[in-house]
Amino acid sequence: MNYSKLNLTGSSAPHIRTASGTRQMMAAVLTALLPALGFAVYNFGPRPAVNALVSIAGCCVCELLFRLARRQDMTVGDLSAAVTGLLLALSCPVTVPYWLLLLGDLIAIVVVKQLFGGIGRNLLNPALAAQTLLALLWRGEMTLWTAPHTAVPLWGAVDAAAMPAPLELLRANDLAGLRELYSLPELLVGLTSGAAGEVSALLLMAGGLFLIGRRTISWRIPAAFLGTAAILTFVFAWGNDRTEWMLCQLLSGGLLLAAFFMAADPVTSPISPAGQLLYGAGCGFLTVLLRYYGPLAEGAGCAVLLMNLLARPLDAYLLTGHIDRPALPELPKMAGKSKTKHL
Amino acid sequence: MTHGLLGGGYPLREKNAAFDKPIEPLPPPPRVVLPMPLQGGVPCRPGVKAGDYVTVGQKIAEGLPAVHTPIAGRVSTVSPQVQPSGTSVLSVVVDNDFSGALCPAVRPPENPDRLTARQLLSRLESSGITEWNAPHLPIHKKIAAGMGRADTVIINACESEPYLAANNRLALEYPEQLLGGAGVLARLYGVDRVHIALEREKREAIQVLRAKIQELRAPAVVDALSLRYPQSAEKPLCRALTGRRTPPGASAAAIGCAVVDAPAAAALYEAVFHGRPLTHRIVTVAGSGIQAPRNLLCPVGVPIRFLLDACGGVDPKTFKILLGGPMTGHAQYDMDAPLDSSAAAVLAFCADEERSSAHPRCIRCGRCVSVCPVGLRPVVLYRYEQAGRLDRLRQAGLADCIECGACTYVCPGRAPLLQSFRTAKERLGKEEA
Repeated sequence: MNYSKLNLTGSSAPHIRTASGTRQMMAAVLTALLPALGFAVYNFGPRPAVNALVSIAGCCVCELLFRLARRQDMTVGDLSAAVTGLLLALSCPVTVPYWLLLLGDLIAIVVVKQLFGGIGRNLLNPALAAQTLLALLWRGEMTLWTAPHTAVPLWGAVDAAAMPAPLELLRANDLAGLRELYSLPELLVGLTSGAAGEVSALLLMAGGLFLIGRRTISWRIPAAFLGTAAILTFVFAWGNDRTEWMLCQLLSGGLLLAAFFMAADPVTSPISPAGQLLYGAGCGFLTVLLRYYGPLAEGAGCAVLLMNLLARPLDAYLLTGHIDRPALPELPKMAGKSKTKHL
Repeated sequence: MTHGLLGGGYPLREKNAAFDKPIEPLPPPPRVVLPMPLQGGVPCRPGVKAGDYVTVGQKIAEGLPAVHTPIAGRVSTVSPQVQPSGTSVLSVVVDNDFSGALCPAVRPPENPDRLTARQLLSRLESSGITEWNAPHLPIHKKIAAGMGRADTVIINACESEPYLAANNRLALEYPEQLLGGAGVLARLYGVDRVHIALEREKREAIQVLRAKIQELRAPAVVDALSLRYPQSAEKPLCRALTGRRTPPGASAAAIGCAVVDAPAAAALYEAVFHGRPLTHRIVTVAGSGIQAPRNLLCPVGVPIRFLLDACGGVDPKTFKILLGGPMTGHAQYDMDAPLDSSAAAVLAFCADEERSSAHPRCIRCGRCVSVCPVGLRPVVLYRYEQAGRLDRLRQAGLADCIECGACTYVCPGRAPLLQSFRTAKERLGKEEA
């Protein structure tokens, strides 16, 4: 055979790579969120799906335009902007106005993500940062919860069907009131009022386990997060039945969405195993603290954002690598102490 | 005895088309190109000149290692020839006369079973045996350095990389030679038994070896290890087998281990019991560009084109031909470059195995950290390299990188990690010089 006709290229080893790239990871996250979105459609009609599409489109357009304006390479194809869009839509109330959603997309993609250098360089989870900011600034729109089994119109809100979210009742320490509205199985399945994608605890857990099974996310972060929150709510139950209080806390609000899909976001969480456990535990601790004493009913979002800021410092101390060297960096010797010894 | 292992990527699970293909001899090639080993950057002088007639197994150079011709015929030229590295090196080119005449020096010694360790070692001096990962270190030098210091002797029958199947076929089809090599190693190192390490997935080979050990009462034991790439690297292998960790910057000898790869072990037996030097290798020819993947018994020095021809040529869309495995092999441009003694595979790729990106981007996922077999932090090293912080790179243990490529394989952002580490190593070396 004549081999000189081949168009041969060269490159540095290795010459093969895993099929699982950033795009495949993000596609897995989108897939894992689909059941929760499907349940939202079952609960509230087609509006959540429209919200999701609008938000995904908003994020992708923001990323596209920003990178075009900066003459940078196109990153929309890695699907990370789509994940941000879907997460934001799922963590807002079903009746959120479209303009507010798009404003959130703009904040998430441009301010939180691209201004820091794009994927891999942002300090905060974009969807979570945007959602938290919206919740603080547009408190009315962002806490307008719709009762389950309500067909939400594609435009406008449904004031008549508004219903307190389980978390607001827990905050008022009204476990009896919560029990009257929703049973535990209803909380688990998601037949409650709340943000579009946060209601179905069962489907969120299924999606999270799917991601852990594929090793897209680390098991340590959700495990430490949920474990710490469970222990703290069990111990500090304010005189309620401990187990019931703990389960209601875990199954309500954005805790599960935050634990599996936001705190475990690899870009904004630590790499070292010890760092991941500490980070998860910190998320759980701050969530309970903020839910009990914070300014909003939900604490998980702010908790994760605070821990996001600690992710890289945690790695600086705990990501020491090199199996055969001491596990912790040596602390600088105290100059003063050695001086006195020699004097 | 079975063990789990830290780190390691998953490339072993890539489809291995040649795993079950029996070893076939390569049709005798019309010529071989035998490069002279370099000593201090200078090729050693060959012992033959153009026009000389040489016979199979004849020593043609006294270098380190010694070079023997695998075919009989006339030396057509002694001149620089292109090598797999792309450079030209002084080489002896032998034209095959297809007579297969054997060199009279190749004959079995008397009483090979009674030789002392010293006598064994001197027999190996001119055998030309080297290991795949150390083509310039003759095996007798390595063994002499480790004799008396090792309590655990390991024959490494793991495949060094995905796609490769040579060691699997060797264990299946030449178990006597492999176990004979184990016997030689046991005598050399003065140990009761030699460990033969292979991956748990090689069930058939494990069975064959265990049955042969019983039958021959060979001083060997088979260790089926649960390993991930780079399973054949010395440090992870020693750790999996003995639980001992190699200190940074040290070799396996520092923890009382001696590792010899399976082809070298089989060659030890051939050299000691039959007086044959190392002139042939089992080579896997595979990859998406190869129509009929095969395992071929090839003479060392055969131009790569004859291996590809023997497998029905390559797909016209082939864009990369590699000598060596997919993780550490070298891309080839000239198919007249000879097969060297360290290559266990010739691969041709015509599909998107490489999956490189024009805009690689680290997303801080940390997979590289979890697969690094020597416990480095590629994500951190990469950031230092990008920032040009050579001092930080040295502190972070760059010198301990074994260049296995596992980090680069798993990187979802397609960052050129290994490439950047190699560049950094070169710059560090220059700075220290």
